[in-house]
Amino acid sequence: MSDIPRLDEEALAELQDVMEDEFDVLIETYLADSRTRISGLKEAIAEGDPEHLRKAAHSLKGSCTNIGVPKLGNLCFELEVLGREGRLDGAEAIMAAIEQEFEEVKRQLERFSQ
Amino acid sequence: MNLLIAEDSDGDRMILATLLRRLGHQVHEASNGLEAVAVFVKTEPDIVFMDALMPTMSGMDAARRIKELSGTRFVPVVFITSLASEREQARCLEAGGDDFLLKPYSRVILEAKINAYSRVLALQHSVVQQRNQIRQQNEQMLAEQRMARRVFDNVAHTGCLDAANIRYHASPLSIFNGDVLFAAERPGGGTLIFLGDFTGHGLPAAIGAMPIAEVFYGMVAKGFGAIDLLAEINKKLGNILPVGMFCCGALVETDGARGTTRVWNGGLPDGWLVRNDGELVAVPSRHLPLGVQPPERFDATMELLNTAPDDYVVLMTDGFPESCDAQGESLGEDAVRQVLSELQHDDHPFEALMARLQAFTGHPDPADDITLCCLKIVAQGAIADVAESAPESALTGPGSWHCVYELRDQALADFNPLPLLLHICTEVPGLRRRSGEVFTLLSELYSNALEHGVLKLSSEWKKSAKGFSLYYEERTRRLSDTQGHYIRFTLDHEPLSEGGRLKIRCEDSGQGFDMGEGNDSPRPIAGKEYHGRGMGILKRMARAVSVCGSGNCVEIVYDWEFPMQGCTSQ
Repeated sequence: MSDIPRLDEEALAELQDVMEDEFDVLIETYLADSRTRISGLKEAIAEGDPEHLRKAAHSLKGSCTNIGVPKLGNLCFELEVLGREGRLDGAEAIMAAIEQEFEEVKRQLERFSQ
Repeated sequence: MNLLIAEDSDGDRMILATLLRRLGHQVHEASNGLEAVAVFVKTEPDIVFMDALMPTMSGMDAARRIKELSGTRFVPVVFITSLASEREQARCLEAGGDDFLLKPYSRVILEAKINAYSRVLALQHSVVQQRNQIRQQNEQMLAEQRMARRVFDNVAHTGCLDAANIRYHASPLSIFNGDVLFAAERPGGGTLIFLGDFTGHGLPAAIGAMPIAEVFYGMVAKGFGAIDLLAEINKKLGNILPVGMFCCGALVETDGARGTTRVWNGGLPDGWLVRNDGELVAVPSRHLPLGVQPPERFDATMELLNTAPDDYVVLMTDGFPESCDAQGESLGEDAVRQVLSELQHDDHPFEALMARLQAFTGHPDPADDITLCCLKIVAQGAIADVAESAPESALTGPGSWHCVYELRDQALADFNPLPLLLHICTEVPGLRRRSGEVFTLLSELYSNALEHGVLKLSSEWKKSAKGFSLYYEERTRRLSDTQGHYIRFTLDHEPLSEGGRLKIRCEDSGQGFDMGEGNDSPRPIAGKEYHGRGMGILKRMARAVSVCGSGNCVEIVYDWEFPMQGCTSQ
């Protein structure tokens, strides 16, 4: 697990190149969007709804892959697998890891965009 | 290009939109499926990028809706997905998706995909343009065909095809498949039907059919018989059709009064006589099609059949036996024979054949190149009903005249004088309306003079099946030796206050009757009798009938009147 990097610097550099002046806006948008989706994940776990969990985790995984934060994306994938298998045991532990990782990602991305 | 992105993740949508705009495209955005459909309708994009998982309406439902809305226009739908299971990918394709775009986006892949779709869309655009052009040309062709059909109908009209004893199927546009069907009442009673199938399709076939219609209806109205018609049609087609184009055809001539039917078949499938008692007689093609042989080699010999009321004559074009079922097997002529041989007493051959065709092809409507005609033989009814309504010529001829016309020797065998004599008579203003009656009078007098006077045939023979063929064999044989014989018509016409009086005297070189002393009803001598029917008709129509000379001369007086002014047939 630890060999997956937090940030994909190469992908982020490419995005910076593509987005030019709008890169900062993109990062803000991604963070805001992810925050909403993380609450969605917590909701799904609280409701005990594996299908909801699978979809929400799949979506967040997609955004993380796109923006270049593979470690967070991978944690989302673990939740997606749980949801697909229809079980929620261990979901809360992964959820805690996701929240913690997100805080780290947020700090580093904000630094990256400056 | 004009592109639509439907994606609920704001960040992802922003990245893709920026990538596509940087590649020079116009981009529209939607954040859920419902919005995607609305934006699609408003902006008509060339390609749609669609996230499969979206709130409000899923990407799959939106894709389905968009495919429905785009109709025949090809709009590629590319699903945006991060690594998903094969099952999910399959579901995307089932929903009408055309491709996938994986996250994270690769600029290179994205550009390559868009270029590929750009080529496909350009190809589709040219296909659609060609299709529209073809459709337009086809519509124009159909409009022209409808126009040509109207002109053709004015020339060919339906004749007596709608008579109660004729059943037929012909497609409204059959003329453009080369099929033609004409029917007309002969002036003196009886029916003529011509069924033709031109080689080729479309306008060339239709153009060939026009003059045939004119020849057919024109000559029948003037009193010409089937053999003259065939010779004229063959000659006309030979003149006007290019080499390699001709007309397979069959001509049927019925004479209800004589109980005979003649059929000529050149190149059509077997025609059939279906007798009232179920007996089947095939009338196969015995001649080359019309328009092939030069006039001097053309053979108009017709097959002679003795027929009775409620017999049927069936004719068809090759489209009928060549109709195919779903497997491409054709119906075949044996099936036609089978249907006809299995007819029950009350079955109509036409209905049985059409039912068989429908059951075989599985289609409710027959193809355009199928023409089927079925004529029921009927007893000779009221004569000249049809000719009563014959149009008046714009030109008017004389009302008072006298003429003698004599046919001699070999000409008795070679020439039919009736159309000529009828033409002279119907030049009288008003008498044209009576051409049916006049024709009947002339033809009864003529055939009596020829068959009984000159050829000395006995109509007694015709009463048995064996005698029937003997009669016609003898007729042909004796016609080859008419040297020294003649038939002379003397015609007189004078106007009366309400119409006119036509006197016809027909004299022949035969021995005539043995007239008994003081007895004005003729007594037949051996081999020569005025057969009862002919006399009956003459007496019914004419004001006076008298037999003179040694019985080899009959004179009739026929009075006619103009129709009453202001009177209608109702």
